[in-house]
Amino acid sequence: MPTLIILTCVVLLPLLLSLWTSFTPFKLTKPDTLYRFVGFRNYERLIGDLDFWIAFGRTVLFLAIALNLELVFGLGIALLINKITYGQRTLRTLMMFPMMFSPILVGFQWKYIFNDNIGLMNNFLREFGVIQPIPWLVDGILANVSIMAAEIWSSTSVFAILLLAGLLGIPKDPIEAAKVDGCNSWQVFKNITLPFLMPFVFIAMTIRSLDVARAYDIVQMMTGGGPAKRTELLWTLISRTGYVDAKMGMANAMSYISIFLSIAFTFFFFYKLVEARQRLSYE
Amino acid sequence: MNKKQINNILIWFSAIILIILIMTPGLWVVLTAFRPQVDVMAKPAVWIPRNLNLIQFETMLFGGSEGSMGRSPIPVLSYLRNSLIISFTSTFIAVLVGTIGGYGFARHNFKHKNKYFLLIMLTRTIPGISLSLPIFIIFSKIGLIDTHIGIILVFVALNIPFTIWLTDGFFRQIPRAMSEVAMTDGCTKLQAFWHIELPLSRSGIASAGIFAFLISWNEYALVSNLARSTDSKTLTVGLMDFTAQFTINWPGMCALAVFIIIPALILTFMVQKHLVTGLTFGGVKG
Repeated sequence: MPTLIILTCVVLLPLLLSLWTSFTPFKLTKPDTLYRFVGFRNYERLIGDLDFWIAFGRTVLFLAIALNLELVFGLGIALLINKITYGQRTLRTLMMFPMMFSPILVGFQWKYIFNDNIGLMNNFLREFGVIQPIPWLVDGILANVSIMAAEIWSSTSVFAILLLAGLLGIPKDPIEAAKVDGCNSWQVFKNITLPFLMPFVFIAMTIRSLDVARAYDIVQMMTGGGPAKRTELLWTLISRTGYVDAKMGMANAMSYISIFLSIAFTFFFFYKLVEARQRLSYE
Repeated sequence: MNKKQINNILIWFSAIILIILIMTPGLWVVLTAFRPQVDVMAKPAVWIPRNLNLIQFETMLFGGSEGSMGRSPIPVLSYLRNSLIISFTSTFIAVLVGTIGGYGFARHNFKHKNKYFLLIMLTRTIPGISLSLPIFIIFSKIGLIDTHIGIILVFVALNIPFTIWLTDGFFRQIPRAMSEVAMTDGCTKLQAFWHIELPLSRSGIASAGIFAFLISWNEYALVSNLARSTDSKTLTVGLMDFTAQFTINWPGMCALAVFIIIPALILTFMVQKHLVTGLTFGGVKG
């Protein structure tokens, strides 16, 4: 299997190396330090590092909120488009618009929109008499909200498209039978549509949790984790530690923790997917 | 009937709002790329576009002229070339390997199949930035930093799990009976694959290809650290060239953004039909 060979070379080997370096005080500027084993010192320092835990907590919170909102919006959009018969294809194509944007572009575009001086948002508000420009990307809470908006804009369509595909695949007979039997539309949705849609929800969730780290591009572009670490996520912290401070050992220790975080997310949704698939085939 | 009409109006109304929400941010950037610097910076905002021009694109491609911000031109053309070479090559390889892998997973039963599948998927979960650290160390040792091959290799590895995942799903949707009938009629397994399963899953493979291409085309976290010069920097990394320490050349950046978007747009629309049929034909399975 060529698949396994390539994956071993490009993913597994680097991972082993990074596991090793996470136990060394390796710095890019001092190559010798690669061979000094210091055990769990990097990890011990991380456990006591408040900055790290704040970034960690913010990352988890950010993902939880963003993924849930994306799912709700995506489901709403899919149901809406499913209702429309005329021009459905065009709408679906338009839906894919954000998916074509690279995360770095999404970051740039929202940075531009939320710019306090010439951004669309403040220009718009000024027309309604808000003279004092709102510092969207400087204020701690607003900056996080802005980044969240960018993240949701870019990823909701993934949910919408996959769920729409699920909706279109639903067999019509049970729905009609249920309607004949006197179910109202909410009952139909809850008892037929939703269970059928569940595998698609988890497929979408799994796909999304695979590349949650894309948020790095957006954050890096919009705020770079700043100002004063107010929007620091795990990934921006890793890249700063690794490349700017050149503390590769420490950065690798951090990235191992972030890898486990991602794997936990994916594993959870994949498990749910298998479960939902099985439940559907039993019925 | 009346209630239905109100319903229809409501649906259309929300659809229109939705489209505005989706399109505005992107279109605003596109619009800015064609506007003069003065209008972009204007304090009471200029809403109605005027004096649209191509200065930003000229500056970007042929170096500064009057009206530009007088920056040294950014080698957009070599970035574009790098992006094209890297994305197409890695997509091709990833789709080829991924389709074979996906077929294998969908049709063959072997020990611990689900575990292998999960393992392959898990490699995709590793955040690009985490993976970039050790790859950076290895590549700098063996001299693959700042080369096409190095980045292609990384992208192929990134895309394979995804293409396997997608094609596996599409092969799964094709009823097994179809190839079984063909094989009882005298087809070999390979012929059945080639004449029945491959054409039927064409749309699935196409969508896997689009996704792989978009992932490669859009990747930033890994390339930004593995590419150092015009030899291998892609467009997404080039976007950062426009930001200086404290100033940002907004219109210039917007122009480059348009550059990044257009090929992705064209490609997606080209294979859109495949994608739509691919996503819908799950409904007609027997």
